[in-house]
Amino acid sequence: MKNFKRVISVAMVAAMAVSVFACAADTAETAETEAEIVTNGISYDEYVAAELDTEVTVDVYVQATQGWWNDSITVYAADQDGAYFIYGMACSEEDAALLESGTMIEVTGYKSEWSGEIEITDATFTVVEGADTYIAEPIDLTADFGNDDALIAHQNAFFSMDNLTVVESADGAAFLYSWDGSGSQGDDLYFTESNGDATATFTVESYLTGADTAVYQTVEGLQVGDTINVSGFLYWYEGVNPHITFVEVQ
Amino acid sequence: MSIRRTLSAFLATTIIASSMLLTACHGSGRRVGFECPENFDTSRDYEITFWAKNDTNLAQTRIYNQAIEDFEALYPNIHVTLRLYTDYNKIYNDVITNIATNTTPNVCITYPDHIATYISGNNTVVPLDNLIYDERYGLGGSEVRFDAPTPEDMIEAYMDECIIGDNHYCLPYMRSTEALYINKTFVEALGFELPEVVTWDFMWEVSNAAMAQNSDGTFVVNGQDVMIPTIYKSSDNMMITMLRQLDAGYSDDAGSIYIFNDDTTNILHTVADEVAQGAFSTFTVSGYPGNFINAGQCIFAIDSTAGSTWMGPHAPLQDIDESELVDFEMVVRPVPQFDADNLQMISQGPSICVFNKEDSNEVLASWLFAQYLLTNEVQIAYSGTEGYVPVTLLAQQSEEYRAYLEDPSQYSIKIDAVNMLLQNIDNTFVTPVFNGSTSLRNAAAQLINSVVKSVRRREAITDDYINNLYAEVTALYRLDQLGGGKDGKANLGPLPTQSKIMLGSIGAVWIGFCAYFAFDLYKKKKNA
Repeated sequence: MKNFKRVISVAMVAAMAVSVFACAADTAETAETEAEIVTNGISYDEYVAAELDTEVTVDVYVQATQGWWNDSITVYAADQDGAYFIYGMACSEEDAALLESGTMIEVTGYKSEWSGEIEITDATFTVVEGADTYIAEPIDLTADFGNDDALIAHQNAFFSMDNLTVVESADGAAFLYSWDGSGSQGDDLYFTESNGDATATFTVESYLTGADTAVYQTVEGLQVGDTINVSGFLYWYEGVNPHITFVEVQ
Repeated sequence: MSIRRTLSAFLATTIIASSMLLTACHGSGRRVGFECPENFDTSRDYEITFWAKNDTNLAQTRIYNQAIEDFEALYPNIHVTLRLYTDYNKIYNDVITNIATNTTPNVCITYPDHIATYISGNNTVVPLDNLIYDERYGLGGSEVRFDAPTPEDMIEAYMDECIIGDNHYCLPYMRSTEALYINKTFVEALGFELPEVVTWDFMWEVSNAAMAQNSDGTFVVNGQDVMIPTIYKSSDNMMITMLRQLDAGYSDDAGSIYIFNDDTTNILHTVADEVAQGAFSTFTVSGYPGNFINAGQCIFAIDSTAGSTWMGPHAPLQDIDESELVDFEMVVRPVPQFDADNLQMISQGPSICVFNKEDSNEVLASWLFAQYLLTNEVQIAYSGTEGYVPVTLLAQQSEEYRAYLEDPSQYSIKIDAVNMLLQNIDNTFVTPVFNGSTSLRNAAAQLINSVVKSVRRREAITDDYINNLYAEVTALYRLDQLGGGKDGKANLGPLPTQSKIMLGSIGAVWIGFCAYFAFDLYKKKKNA
């Protein structure tokens, strides 16, 4: 009898041990499953189709950010299908450091329009852990220079345009501090270019690329007649108002 | 774009400043108050920094530069460095930051609401009363090297707006109000006759009529896809003005907050109803009212008279492409009223403050420059750049200014806006200024904008929603911690019970000591 009890006990312990191992193996399998990145966001096409003032969730890659300020940050974002502008997203200073170019974040906010710019407002976000990174290549929109009807299809996209000629902004100046020259160093820069047929005014947005950045200083050094290549984000304000992040004088 | 960002930063700074300054009395260093030197020491050079605001208007920048050049010619030992801003809120943000490091400018264009926060520091801003009336260096003083206005030449109502607590902490620089810019062509096309004074009810009625659509979804009144009949630029002014017109609570001179009341709730319900019909929006939510009205997508645009040069299809300044402009007849009226026989509109506009420094001669140099900004040369030139009025009788009554108002080459909408203000100076009001009044103003704006957004996002605006909104706004702007009075000293109310017990105990111990010593003394005397 005593032996029988011992056998039973050993059997039970063995069964328990097997169960524990089985569970452990099961957990490991689950962990492997959970390691796959789960995203909840809608696609770019669904985002485009969403009505204004509806709540949207998108999984996007950070391309650039404006300066963080007291729990808020503005983000230029993209995925492989399109681009997004996320205005004043709630963000702690600590989390702002996580928003490096290429980082995938899941953003929930409201699709909104302000002066023609389609953007996500009142947004919150989480970093998608373990996700890959993505930085969009600039879309060459040189052929669409001056054609707002064509450019609006690429609103917020990272783009480039080449072989533009700097023309006079006002009083012989190649650029202005603020739109009419009423500002001073540190304010947004405005400069106007021509492709021979049309002209357009581009902006160096000081909250994105301030006075200490290469693009700001390059624009401050422009001369009327310079031929330049530019790239930046196709922001919209009552029409095309690109935020230029790179200027190269040929 | 930047103005939106600056606005956000401003709101954040307001919150930070509120918390900083509510605790600022602990351990902060003291700066000695300014005392006017007997004689201005002209043997030394002074470097003065002037932080100025312009309305993104090159003409204003040029006038500042000209004023500096002319002033420096009069005072060769004073050198003024101009730093330009295009937004009051950014100046506020920067001043708050620089107070902490003792690197404030010498002279600054600002709002009295903002100054109320600045003066929470110790002797940060110079009280100007003694300077204003100083016989030698005061307004129009004997030692002043230019034709400055005397204290009597200043418009009293505007000077009164600069009193915070018991002192003048600034000088008025320019004054404006808000105006109702109307597409009269559309109003009449909708079958309405425009009254001289537009009421809120009339405006909503026309706005609702403008919502009629064609079968293809375009609006009947303009044939376009977009029509927001009423857009208010300043949501805070909207709430403040409506409450004032209703004689409803907002705040008082002691800094007590009364904004959360039934009238406010009714206003928010009205806003919700109009947004639900598509008849109303704000700058914060949709964009500049001037852009919409100039494109024929708005009928009633409410904005500052200081924005009048952007208003109308023929305005000299435009923010939209020429191809989007729609031709129509624009007229200017006072902001909408609840009582057409009792007009009330806000008084606003930039003021000038002088920051305190260790060197009293440097402060005096700053004061002289500030005073120079009140000369006719500056006042008349600057007021002509926008829908401002000069703040001195000297300028307003000058032949040059009268000629300006009658000059047919001036933009007519700007002149109409200025004349509307000049005719209604007695109908203007200002809100109480105290440490925290900026936060309250931001809260007023947020109430309107939150409701506008929520309606557009299909949320129901119930009384519960509004009560929750009041709680959120109170917490965000720490309105429950205000009530600090104009001098920033809080009325802390009755003592807590624990404090009473502690103080009572201390008192009892002292009584015990006294009784013991008295008894001891009595015993010694008796033994003696």
